[in-house]
Parts: sequence; structure tokens; C-alpha cells
Amino acid sequence: ILNSGCNNNVKGKVKGCEPRVLSLQNILSLILFLLPASALTTGIYMIFSTKPEMATQEVQPNETLTNLKAESDTLKTKLEDERAKLHDVELHQVAEKVDGLGQFIMKTRRTLKGHGNKVLCMDWCKDKRRIVSSSQDGKVIVWDAFTTNKEHAVTMPCTWVMACAYAPSGCAVACGGLDNKCSVYPLSLDKNENLAAKKKSVAMHTNYLSACSFTNSDMQILTSSGDGTCALWDVESGQLLQSFHGHAADVLCLDLAPSETGNTFVSGGCDKKANVWDMRSGQCIQSFETHESDINSVRYYPSGDAFASGSDDATCRLYDLRADREVAIYSKESIIFGASSVDFSLSGRLLFGGYNDYTINVWDVLKGTRVSILFGHENRVSTLRLSPDGTAFCSGSWDHTLRIWA
Amino acid sequence: MCDHRCFVYEIVKMSGSSNLVAMKKIVQQLRFEASINRVKVSQAAADLQQFCMQNALQDPLLTGVSSSTNPFRPQKVCSFL
Repeated sequence: ILNSGCNNNVKGKVKGCEPRVLSLQNILSLILFLLPASALTTGIYMIFSTKPEMATQEVQPNETLTNLKAESDTLKTKLEDERAKLHDVELHQVAEKVDGLGQFIMKTRRTLKGHGNKVLCMDWCKDKRRIVSSSQDGKVIVWDAFTTNKEHAVTMPCTWVMACAYAPSGCAVACGGLDNKCSVYPLSLDKNENLAAKKKSVAMHTNYLSACSFTNSDMQILTSSGDGTCALWDVESGQLLQSFHGHAADVLCLDLAPSETGNTFVSGGCDKKANVWDMRSGQCIQSFETHESDINSVRYYPSGDAFASGSDDATCRLYDLRADREVAIYSKESIIFGASSVDFSLSGRLLFGGYNDYTINVWDVLKGTRVSILFGHENRVSTLRLSPDGTAFCSGSWDHTLRIWA
Repeated sequence: MCDHRCFVYEIVKMSGSSNLVAMKKIVQQLRFEASINRVKVSQAAADLQQFCMQNALQDPLLTGVSSSTNPFRPQKVCSFL
């Protein structure tokens, strides 16, 4: 660092300073300013400047800061104007001529009992019958949803296992939570085998794991965390392939774009923002901030051109990626509890939302109206997913059970 | 005395520099977001609607699936003859 041309510091941000000999003044500054983490960047900046230069640079940072702030405000206004210009009609107006949906009846067809505490997350296997679920009691269970039998059970070293996912091959599950990690457990056909022995730790965050998902193969996992970041990991080596920074608070959920539409995913967080990311570059491509509270769940529309979100502000919203704006809000005055999880039916016409008032509301995506309300759970609905063939969906709840609805 | 003042000055400049860095990132991101192409909501909405209509028949929850094909619906009871 001392001898190299300092066009790049540790994070490659500070540019254009000249290397100078260290003086005692600089050393003292360095020691004192290296203590706070954020000072590391500027601490190295300090090494390479002398007092006379600092006097002239005194004016520069403030001016540039002001200019940048002004540009930032201009750009934000421009973005709002651009988005507003294209807002020529509402989705439900376009959908006025579409036939309304008939009476919609769905019932609980199976109840999966076995967890000792709140069910926090679940995922379907591609074989359309197996389900993995995770709970506050630290257990991860693999069920056969047709027979309601438990096929595997793993006890995690932590409570609050907030995330779980089935591998595309059906041969492994991933899970994590308060242990700040995402671990992969290969599933063996031998029911007596201790799954915990073959556990592989893949992801390491600095705060709780809120969601995880395999990408198109068993080889990569995408995670989101309370530390405000998302990350892409190689399962075999545990190596971090890409990290995604941009949320200002805990990231609570993520969803991968349907494979036909390319390498992007959407994440939602406690900063009320939903961000769309490019998986290869790590860049945030689009950002949406219209919710009034934490976004608990995000899910892509089946075509990949839009996504829905569920939030603590008691609304679900639909954002269109090509129009770059919110195009629908699903809410009612009578719904005052947060939506914890959302998913679409296969055609995208129906949006299922699990809420903290123990119900599941079914929305007509195009018309913006509620089609049905499903009762059954005896506590908050925490997780909800459509089966891979679209014939049913599964909901998990704080009442310790999972229900299959069809 | 001079050292003390320089020390304080450097604290001020330090926070200024890290703000500068953060600000540059924000502006870069905003520039990128402002440059993307957008379509009108009427066009986007029409496409969403078209997708729903095209796939409605393949959506089991919309069309309703009979007991024989939906594994979760109650099966007819088998009786031994």
C-alpha cells in the first residue's frame, strides 16, 4: 500500500492521490482513524496526503458533495417524472372487459402435523409431492404431502430456522436461520442414516438467514440475510460467488426469475424496498419503494415480467418490470394485518396471500378484487407456496401445522 | 495546539470523504436507473392480461381439476367386490 501508486485503495474508491512519505502526523492520524470501520477507507487516504495538500483539498470534498447531492436530487425527480409519464392507465381498467372469476372454492385437503413450534418456511420438491418445512423448534422435516408421512427429520443446532429450500434434483435440502448460515443436507434413502452427519455449511452471513433458494441446479444457492445483503454461493466449495449490496436494512425475502427470463432475482427488505438484481454483475437493476412497511415476501409473476410483494402494511402489490412501476395494489379496509407470504397460480391470474390475521386471501390479479378468503389456520400464516404443477398450494403457520389446499 | 486543530479537522474531513464515496455510489446507481427503457402501463398491463388469458386453460386452480386427476382431492372409495 505504501509503495504502490494509490489510484486504488482497499475498496477501489478513492482515486487520484499522490504517494508521499509517512510523517508522524500521518501515522497518528492513521492509528486514530483506523479504529472505526468506516475510517479504514479514509485512513488509507490519509497516508497519502500531506498537510499542505490537505489545505487545498479542504475545499474539494465539500463542493463535490454538494454537486453530487444536487445531481442525486435531479435524477430522483427525473425518475419520478419518467415513471409518471408512462402511467396512462390502471391495470384493472385494462382488465375491465375480462370475464370475472366464478365462485372459488378451496379447502384444506391435508394437514401436516409434527412440528413442535411455529412453522416458518416451506418449499416443494419438483416431484410435486414432497415438501420440506422448517420451524422455530429447530427442526427441518421432509414430508410426503400425499400420505402426510414424515420422511426425514433434521435437528438444526439453532432455533428459528427461518429459511429452507428443496434442491432441484430432490436429493438435498438447504436451511438456516439464527445460526447465520445456510447448510445443505443431502437426503439419503436410508431412513436410519443420520442426516446431520453429512451436513455441509455453504453460506456465512453476519446476521440471520432470512431466505434461501437453489438456482437452476444443485450447485448454487442464493441467500438473503438480516445483515442487509444477498449472496450467491457455490455449494461444493462454499465459495462466495457474488454479493448484492443495496438494501439499507434486513433483507427478508427473495425470488429467482423464471428460468426463461434470464439471470435476475428480486429481493424485499425492512427498508420497504424491492430490488431487482443482475446475478452475474451483482448490480441492482431496478428498485421499487412504494410499500409503507417491511416487505415480507416477493414472488415473480409466471411470465417473469412482473412480481408481487406482501408487506406488513397489509397490502400486496404488483410491480411491472417493463413499465418500471407499481401497477396494482391488493388491499381492503378490513384487512389490517400484514401479509407474510404471496404466490401466484400458474397462469398468474390468482394471487394467494397468507396474512398475520390467520387467513389466506385470494386475489384476482387483473381486476384487483378479492376472490375468496380461506380460513383454517389457528395462528399467523407464515409461508405459502404453489405446488410445481399448480394443482394445490401449501401454507405453513405459527399454529405448528402445514395445510395443503386444493 | 496546531496538532489538535488538525486532528479535529481531519475527523471532519474523514466523515466528509466517506460521505463523498457513498454519494458517488448513489448517483451512479441513479444514473443507471434513469437510463433504462420503459414501456407505458397500458402496454405492460395488456401483456400481463394476455399472458393470463393464454395460460388460463393450463391453470388447474382456475379450470378446476377433477378428483381423478388432482392427487389431493378426495378419491372415490374403492370397494372390494
